[in-house]
Amino acid sequence: MNEITQLSDWTEANWTWSQAVTRRDFLATSAAAGSLVLMASASEGIQKAEVVEKLGEFQPDFFVGIAPDGTVTVLVHRSEMGTGIRTALPRVVADELEADWARVKIEQAPGDKRLGDQNTDGSNSIRFFFDRMRIAGATARTMLERAAAKKWDVDASECYAENHRVKHQGSNRSLGFGQLVEEAAKLEIPAKEELTFKPRDEWKYIGKSVPLTDLDEILTGKAVYGIDARMENQLYAVVARPSVVGGVVKSFDATKTKQKPGVVDVVEIPKFEGAPVFQPLGGIAVLADSTWNAIQGRDALEIEWDLGENTSYNSEAYAEQLKKTVNKPGTVVREEGDVSGPLEHATKLIKADYYSPHLAHASMEPTCAVADVKTDASGKVTSCHVVSATQNPQAVQQAVGPAMGIDPAEVLADVTLLGSAFGRKSKPDYCVEAAILSRKMKRPVHVTWTREDDVQHDYYHTTTAMHFEASLDKDGKPDAWLQRAAYPSIGSTFNADTKEPVGFEMEMGFKDLPFQLKNLRVESGEAIAHTRIGWLRSVCHIPQNFGVSCFADELAHAAGRDPLEYLLELLGEDRHLDLKKAGLGNRGASADDYPFDIGRLKNVTRRAAEMAGWAKKQNLPKGRGVGIACARSFLGYTGHVVEVEVSKDGTVTIPNVWVSLDSGTIVSPNRVRAQLEGAANMGATQALYGEITFTDGVADQSNYDGYQMTTLADAPRNIHMDVVESDAAPSGVGETGVPSLAPALCNAIYAATGTRIRELPISKHDLSWS
Amino acid sequence: MTTIRVNGQEHDVSGVAPETPLLWVLRDTLGLTGTKYGCGISMCGACTVHIDGESAQSCITALSDVGDSEVTTIEGLSEDGSHPVQKAWKEHDVPQCGYCQVGQMMMASAMLKSNNDPSDEDIESEMWNICRCGTYPRIRAAIKTAAKEMQN
Ligand code: FES
Ligand code: FES
Repeated sequence: MNEITQLSDWTEANWTWSQAVTRRDFLATSAAAGSLVLMASASEGIQKAEVVEKLGEFQPDFFVGIAPDGTVTVLVHRSEMGTGIRTALPRVVADELEADWARVKIEQAPGDKRLGDQNTDGSNSIRFFFDRMRIAGATARTMLERAAAKKWDVDASECYAENHRVKHQGSNRSLGFGQLVEEAAKLEIPAKEELTFKPRDEWKYIGKSVPLTDLDEILTGKAVYGIDARMENQLYAVVARPSVVGGVVKSFDATKTKQKPGVVDVVEIPKFEGAPVFQPLGGIAVLADSTWNAIQGRDALEIEWDLGENTSYNSEAYAEQLKKTVNKPGTVVREEGDVSGPLEHATKLIKADYYSPHLAHASMEPTCAVADVKTDASGKVTSCHVVSATQNPQAVQQAVGPAMGIDPAEVLADVTLLGSAFGRKSKPDYCVEAAILSRKMKRPVHVTWTREDDVQHDYYHTTTAMHFEASLDKDGKPDAWLQRAAYPSIGSTFNADTKEPVGFEMEMGFKDLPFQLKNLRVESGEAIAHTRIGWLRSVCHIPQNFGVSCFADELAHAAGRDPLEYLLELLGEDRHLDLKKAGLGNRGASADDYPFDIGRLKNVTRRAAEMAGWAKKQNLPKGRGVGIACARSFLGYTGHVVEVEVSKDGTVTIPNVWVSLDSGTIVSPNRVRAQLEGAANMGATQALYGEITFTDGVADQSNYDGYQMTTLADAPRNIHMDVVESDAAPSGVGETGVPSLAPALCNAIYAATGTRIRELPISKHDLSWS
Repeated sequence: MTTIRVNGQEHDVSGVAPETPLLWVLRDTLGLTGTKYGCGISMCGACTVHIDGESAQSCITALSDVGDSEVTTIEGLSEDGSHPVQKAWKEHDVPQCGYCQVGQMMMASAMLKSNNDPSDEDIESEMWNICRCGTYPRIRAAIKTAAKEMQN
């Protein structure tokens, strides 16, 4: 239980209004709670954290402030890693405020609990904060309108904001936002109930595309990522970590290292205790005057390791074990009807095993952080400032705080741009390393992970075995469906005793099977982790949607049916899946706002097929084929059709991808399209090449030479997109585009070649034909 | 005194070991952090710069190999982001996280200098940079737009 709570804190924060109080609520309650006192008494770091409260002379809400010159400053508390969130959230505030976008400035927030969830993960940013940003904007607008009414001595209902001014209905009087700042700052902050919101048809910015906030900086090389963050007088550090998780340094000799040019010192970092969580792997750090000199110094280290128990981890043997596990009864996690009778007496029984390997995040920028820790004469930490490429600055506070012996709230955790992240950068072990080293060196230290460090010491995407069985009735439709999955769980990173997938993992494309079946059983099996398991863009959807959607395609072919029609029939009637009956948590979202709507899932499936011209692509010459799959993930819906060409020598190319997405209300259409393009590429990369294996506990891959990525030449060539217009509540986007790509691709390969891909990556299979 | 010329300026790098890759000289010694690290083994293209106008991977170019060649980094590609490649990248909203894009633009601008009408095949073989965010379709489109401008 405990691990689940802790886990949900990190990954699935059940965001509620009470967690993200508005500034009004905060001012009302904080005196009693004493938090302001705590804030005021703190070190240098904390005072700087109060930037959160200094966005402008008039700041009615944590997220928005206005200066007398009219500049509107919006605070962004989520991390920018390529989704465009530093543009999207401020657009929502500006729209509701009636601000002129050209006069909006954007500030990045440090970690601060008062802002609500900051874990930029789980495709949650718009879902969690769309309404919250509207409240920020509406609060400021209402107060500006009231301030104008006071100045003109008219009723506030006669005043309305428009394009950075407040105007009076009955006259042609108007005042700019800046001119109202002084008056507005004196007013009571209105309660939520007093606010009115712009109707949807008056939105100016929501649903309209605009260039990225950081575009010019990116294009001129001025954008600052974690690897570029600099503090005065900083040292550059790299760390030699144990090649096996749980390993420790027995002894080391740094003599040669210390003779290397530029090397300043060598420092041991202790290993995590208990479960890894976000504490360092441990090892020996080399500190130097440049990254390169630190790397050279590290190469010269002589270290004797005790690598520990996980040296037993060998991927080949482990995969065999996992496959055995899923061929035995496991823990039932969902049951409807009774599968045993039909499966036993089936006239046509289809069985298949599926498997997918570990993956590494390999974000383009490796993990990097710079820290400045100050101590008093007794060695006690008096201030701690960390600047990093992090998806979750509050996790930085929570991980670094205890390591420094201070309250997490006293850690000033600033956020740079992230050179992509995919979940890796919500795990701040690298920030703790930087803080430990800075404390020891009494000066700022920048830790860079080399690509080898990144690929060899990741929090890996798990490795999964699945088993499927279905009995087909005389019409070729399944009258019973059994599926099992086993994989080392993310839970093991937080609680070493975790032996089976935890709830939210099974609900990512497996327990939430959307098919209408009389008899269904879903089971999970045991699997012990021997490395750090983390979450990677779309997480357990990667293997589970691959298995489920490919097995559905197998059944269609076994029944001699068109895969699209068969899939739509499996999905069944337009209906809302009974979440309670199926025991689904729905990512903490209510079934009213976010029903599991089979109608929407079928809709995107059909739309993708229509766009692709599905019917016309059924009898392509050998070597060419299309495949289809659909998924509900992160509360959004996708249908994918992928077209492949497999040359005689077995080379796979992807000339076309068609994807239809329904994620409800859309804030930034162009960024949503970019995410779909990116997701198609990532799904294809992983399916084609993605594989991390272990030998004696050590990852066999270490860089982009062994861990292959697509480039422009082999990435999906044309990505045709359709974003459903909808006024439903906004759901996820960033991860939603990934899950149905890989199975559609594998189904296309079957159509093209007759070879069924049941194990990823595709590159392991010989697809040549004559 | 050892010096290198970067973006038209002479820099004293006497204190730097000659085998140090140009990438780290740019980033850590000269503070030109626009050039990015991605792999260190010439597999990703993130560190691409121009040496005497030709694309080169700074992660595998030793300082001593630079000699008196002219190095151009993103900071010197244009003064104000007005290189045709930068403009095309803007027009197509190419970047997602943006981290690989400096290398992509340096690679593309070098290619276009010698071939201002690249075919799809040319683009595919020259642009081997990795973009983890998957901006490839937009890169392809932006290169074609930039090529048009460079033809005029
Ligand atoms: S860092 Fe030079 S090619 Fe990757
Ligand atoms: S834009 Fe993120 S790696 Fe290319």
